[in-house]
Parts: sequence; C-alpha cells; structure tokens
Amino acid sequence: MAHSVSAEHNQGMAADWTGGQSPFGLNWPKVMMWLFLISDTLTFAGLLMGYGAMRLSLGTWPKQSDVFHLWLVGLMTFILICSSATMAIAVAAARLGDKRTVMRFVLLTVLGGAMFLGMQVYEWSNFIHEGARLFENPWGVPQFSATFFITTGFHGGHVTVGVIYLLITALRWARGSIQPESVEIAGLYWHFVDLVWVFIFTLLYLL
Amino acid sequence: MAEPRHEGGYKGYVITWVWLLVITMLEIAVVLVGLPKALLASLLLLMSLMKAALIIAYFMHLRYERVAFIYTVVAPMIVLAVVLFAFVAPDALHVFSSRR
Repeated sequence: MAHSVSAEHNQGMAADWTGGQSPFGLNWPKVMMWLFLISDTLTFAGLLMGYGAMRLSLGTWPKQSDVFHLWLVGLMTFILICSSATMAIAVAAARLGDKRTVMRFVLLTVLGGAMFLGMQVYEWSNFIHEGARLFENPWGVPQFSATFFITTGFHGGHVTVGVIYLLITALRWARGSIQPESVEIAGLYWHFVDLVWVFIFTLLYLL
Repeated sequence: MAEPRHEGGYKGYVITWVWLLVITMLEIAVVLVGLPKALLASLLLLMSLMKAALIIAYFMHLRYERVAFIYTVVAPMIVLAVVLFAFVAPDALHVFSSRR
C-alpha cells in the first residue's frame, strides 16, 4: 500500500515537472502571475531589508507612535484586509457562476482600495505639512522619512495599479469577455498587495 | 483537515477575514501595552507571519494547489528571508558597532 502511494507520488512529481503540458496542472496566466508575484516579493523584501539594515546600523530611530497616527494606520489596515476578503468572495462567486455577486464584490474591492489610497494621501500630506521631506525630517535621522516615503510609495503605487486592474476586470466581466480564472488572477495580485501591507504595517509602523 | 480540494461556499473566507482582523487588533494591543523591545519584536514578527500564511494559504488558494507548486512559491520566499537576513544583519550590526 505504502509502495503504491509513493509510486503514485513520484509519478505525480514527474508529471508536474516534465514539459509538453501545463506545469503544475495550472493554466499559464495563473503561473505567470505567481512568478510575477514572487519577483515582486524580491522588490519589497529588498526595501524592507534595506530599512532593517539602516535602522540596525544607525542604532537610533524616531519613536513611530510620536509621529504616526496609529488609529489612522490601523483603519487603513482594516480597510485593506476587508477589501482582500471581498475580493476572495468575488473570486469564489466567479467560480460558482454567480455573475451578479462577482460584479458587486469586485466593485466593493475597488471602493476599499480607493479609500485606502485616499487615506494614504491624507497621511502623506499631513507628514509633509509637519516638515517631512525625502532626505530630512524634524523627528530624527533623515533615513526615517526616506524609508517611509519610498516604502509606502512603492506600496501605494501597487495599490493604484491594482485599483485600475480591478476596474478593467470589472468592465471586462460586465461585457462577458473574460473567464472566471481572470478574476482569480486579478484576485491574486490584490491579495499580494494586502500581503505586502501586513509586513509594512508591522515593520514600519509598529516595530 | 477534511476540507475538499476546492471549497464551495464563502464560509472559509469569512473565517480567514475574522482571524486577520483579530491578529491585527492583537498587534496594535501588543504595541499599546508596551512590552520589552525584544519580546515585542518577536511577537510582532510571529503575528505578521501568521497573517501572511493565512492570506497566502486561503485567500490566494495556495493550500489547494499541487505540492510541487507550493514548494516553488514558498521556497524562494523562505530562502530570501533567511539569506538576506543572514548576510545583511551582521553587516549592519558591524557598522553600528564600529560607528560608536
């Protein structure tokens, strides 16, 4: 019994890794999105690791709770998590063939993303009004504001692209020109944006 | 776990969503309580890894893909975290100690 299970497992491994068929039993658009997300992980890992190295080597860093409004950032996190959940429901609805629900929840996700961006604009403009610039700020080491602007800017750029991507997906879904899998792939991107924010929120704002 | 390969309803997503919110509130609570720095850092890191795992496994459906694909996605991320940290952190600490 155990032998046949492992033989089956090996055959499964071989089937997954040989050419001439769809790798991993997935269609290529989904695999390509995953590969893009892995490479995008590199981007953000680089940014966050650079922040970590800088902070460790400086040995001094402004106290974040004196600078940031924790409740505003908490609310932004809450909204982004909710938008990720609504996107997950849209993807499930697409698979179940519930067209109305897909539309409704993709648009809810867009709304969440737009609210997040609006709050980030508010946060940035507050920060700049209080005297923060890319290479100087009133709270301490100049690297503090540089890290803030570059990391949250990169993330905000991803959210902006995600909102546009989801709007296009909603439009194409309404016209019936895409398959449920396209909604799922858009969902993968959106969840990744949420995933990155988990680390930015923890490392930049809380730690 | 006795879940089917492709779960049908929305229930799993709602549960994941609630857990993500609970962990986020715990993160904020831990900061507000004011723990020692090392304990705070390890707690926060642990909780953010838990959130990341929830998002990847359930929202992004990775748990329901083939094992080979799970390795393909997760292995580079783990290698990245370990290798980058292993090389960068000692260097940063060295700079810090030679600055004083």
